[in-house]
Amino acid sequence: MERLHSPAELEAFRKAVLADRAPDQPCITLCAGSACHACGCNDVAEAVRVELAKQGLADRVHLRLTGCHGFCERGPILVIQPESVCYFQLTAADVPEIIEKTVKAGERVERLLYVDPDSGDPLAREDEIPFYKHQQRIVFGSNGSIDPKSIEDYVAIGGYSALAKALSEMTPEQVLDEVKRANLRGRGGGGFPAGIKWEGTRNAPDPVKYVVVNADEGDPGAYMDRSLLEGNPHAVLEGLILGAYAVGAHEGYVYVRQEYPLAVENVTLAIQKAEELGLLGDDILGSGFSFRVKVHRGAGAFVCGESTALMTALEGRVGEPRPKYIRSNVRGLWNRPTVLNNVETWANVPLIIQNGADWFTRIGTETSSGTKIFSIVGKITNTGLVEVPMGMPLRDIVYKIGGGIPGGKRLKAVQTGGPSGGCLPEHMLDLPVGFDELTQAGSMMGSGGMIVMDEDTCMVDVARYFIEFLTDESCGKCVPCREGLRQMLAVLTRICRGEGRDGDLEILEDLSVVAKEAALCGLGKSAPNPFLSTLRYFRDEYEAHIRENRCPALSCKDLIAFHIDPDRCRACGRCRRKCPAEAISGAKNVIHQIDQDLCTKCGTCLEVCPDRFGAVRKISGEPVPPPLPEDQRTVRARG
Amino acid sequence: MDIARVDQIIDRYGADESYLIQVLLDIQTENNWLPQEALERVAERLRVPLSRILHIATFYKAFSTVPKGRHRIHVCMGTACHVRGAQRVLDAVQEATGIKPGETDLELKFSLETVNCLGCCALGPVMEIDGKTYGKMTPAETAEALRNHD
Repeated sequence: MERLHSPAELEAFRKAVLADRAPDQPCITLCAGSACHACGCNDVAEAVRVELAKQGLADRVHLRLTGCHGFCERGPILVIQPESVCYFQLTAADVPEIIEKTVKAGERVERLLYVDPDSGDPLAREDEIPFYKHQQRIVFGSNGSIDPKSIEDYVAIGGYSALAKALSEMTPEQVLDEVKRANLRGRGGGGFPAGIKWEGTRNAPDPVKYVVVNADEGDPGAYMDRSLLEGNPHAVLEGLILGAYAVGAHEGYVYVRQEYPLAVENVTLAIQKAEELGLLGDDILGSGFSFRVKVHRGAGAFVCGESTALMTALEGRVGEPRPKYIRSNVRGLWNRPTVLNNVETWANVPLIIQNGADWFTRIGTETSSGTKIFSIVGKITNTGLVEVPMGMPLRDIVYKIGGGIPGGKRLKAVQTGGPSGGCLPEHMLDLPVGFDELTQAGSMMGSGGMIVMDEDTCMVDVARYFIEFLTDESCGKCVPCREGLRQMLAVLTRICRGEGRDGDLEILEDLSVVAKEAALCGLGKSAPNPFLSTLRYFRDEYEAHIRENRCPALSCKDLIAFHIDPDRCRACGRCRRKCPAEAISGAKNVIHQIDQDLCTKCGTCLEVCPDRFGAVRKISGEPVPPPLPEDQRTVRARG
Repeated sequence: MDIARVDQIIDRYGADESYLIQVLLDIQTENNWLPQEALERVAERLRVPLSRILHIATFYKAFSTVPKGRHRIHVCMGTACHVRGAQRVLDAVQEATGIKPGETDLELKFSLETVNCLGCCALGPVMEIDGKTYGKMTPAETAEALRNHD
């Protein structure tokens, strides 16, 4: 690739790339994000290649493997351009028909289309499908149309033009000012205004400054940073270069978890390609501004997502946080002023510079501008990544986009903000989703994980789960976190086992207050949130566990039992054959019974018992009915 | 592990102390665990005390200072998988292999690890064996998948 020396040369390069591509030429894009990978998108890709060659279309139809399209529930996803016809849940066997009908003849393969759950009509285009229709995908939208390994693809959709604009028409102060006016708040958790953070670094007297991408996404149930870095690494890089220009940094880092190998690969390649084109390195686009980026893989420690811990890890040491008497933007990496922002925050920057702060603040709410990418996961029909303008009510996200709760169950709560966040109960679903609104409700935005829970989820167990996670991930540096969480976990585990005592909730509250007040870093300070928010909204569940030895959600293993209703059992033998613990006795025409001593409570019997019998019951807080005497175990004919 | 190979990895980074974690990650990836002699070599070349290297090797989850089994099982315990029954999958794996998370069996057949989100939340509960993802697992299917490995 030729090195580009000016914004004009970048424009010429873009025109050359576009001229190479006929706009009407069919292009098959196939989602190759992590979830689709797991569903076999590689086999589908291979089938497309083979079939295009076989039908003599290899030159005329382009196959593009893209990043995550977001609709992970329905992978592998294939979209045919220019008509944007989407097919879901494909196998390699479907491919010949798709090429034959859709690519060659322009017809649709009805059975592979998305069927509208309300009307029953098949929907062909992305913008007709409810999951996509209600989103506003300004940051994440390009993910599905570009090959992350191709810098040409990014340039073709206007990539790096914000950088060209900033370097040729704007001073660093103007770039900073634009980000400040846009009120871009950090998408990684705290929601601190990025512009103010940048300004602190810019004004710090030290001449050596750094910019860092925080891609140490450790929140369980959140994967938007991974998908963005995997699917559109140049957008993140472009934002980082703009940030470096604004604050006067000449070195930057991408700190990315090694658990995300594809993200590491794609961002490393993106840096290399950008260097070859002269968009990174010395004298970028002939502006005199120089900037280099290195990739640093994180070795697996949740606490390293915390800014000071991350910087310590970047220095090659154990990632423990330090007190922030002086903020990292003044004294951070190697004690130099450092701007650290999350992947999604950086990816927003080119859009702001390109379209202006006024455009950006028109999206979202007054205090939370722009959009936010959420991962809606858990007990929800349409699991996936969604990008919506801030301020959208939680209800719309869950029902309009997420398609509601599967299996006719009732929604119980939505957990937002990861382990530092909290659970919002059903009656708060009309809450507009913004930084401040969530915080006021006792939860937080966090990185944007949204875990939907239905009536089968025990809220005490959820609190125990998060505290266990955080106990495991605590670096151990400060006592309130190291010891306090351990005690909280011990009490919560007891409650889940049915060994709760009066006074337990007060102990938990006391420990929460101490951790909130006295822990060193954000991980410890926010650790009690899952407990406090579940106690605030679901106190009755805690009390049922403690006072009645009952788990209302029928979830805590020590408090439940499985029982086969003798009146409903048809002795079909299915549960007996599937039971991994061999705890079920019975035979043809002999009513089945569970030996409670052998039962491991895995729930397989309940799952396999045919719905029309519905003989297996989960019970809690009541004694298991005694086994039937042998002479009454024959299945009687029913009238 | 071959010390010459350790040297090659270190040379990739120019024996710079700040690359310590990156060097250890590369050794871990290639060798599946961090043998003592490799760590001593890293200490010598990067001029970092062995105690600090051991601190790092035991702090970060990616590293292991003991050998790992031929098949590596990762059960995702992320929140999405948790509410969809990840514990049942983990129980089934423990039942079938006789080992707990963090352990390797005596024949070095399986190593079991829990992870806190593989980013495939739509497929939860998820288990990985040797990097291959198994989605929407039930206890019965878990045992079945393990039986196919020897």
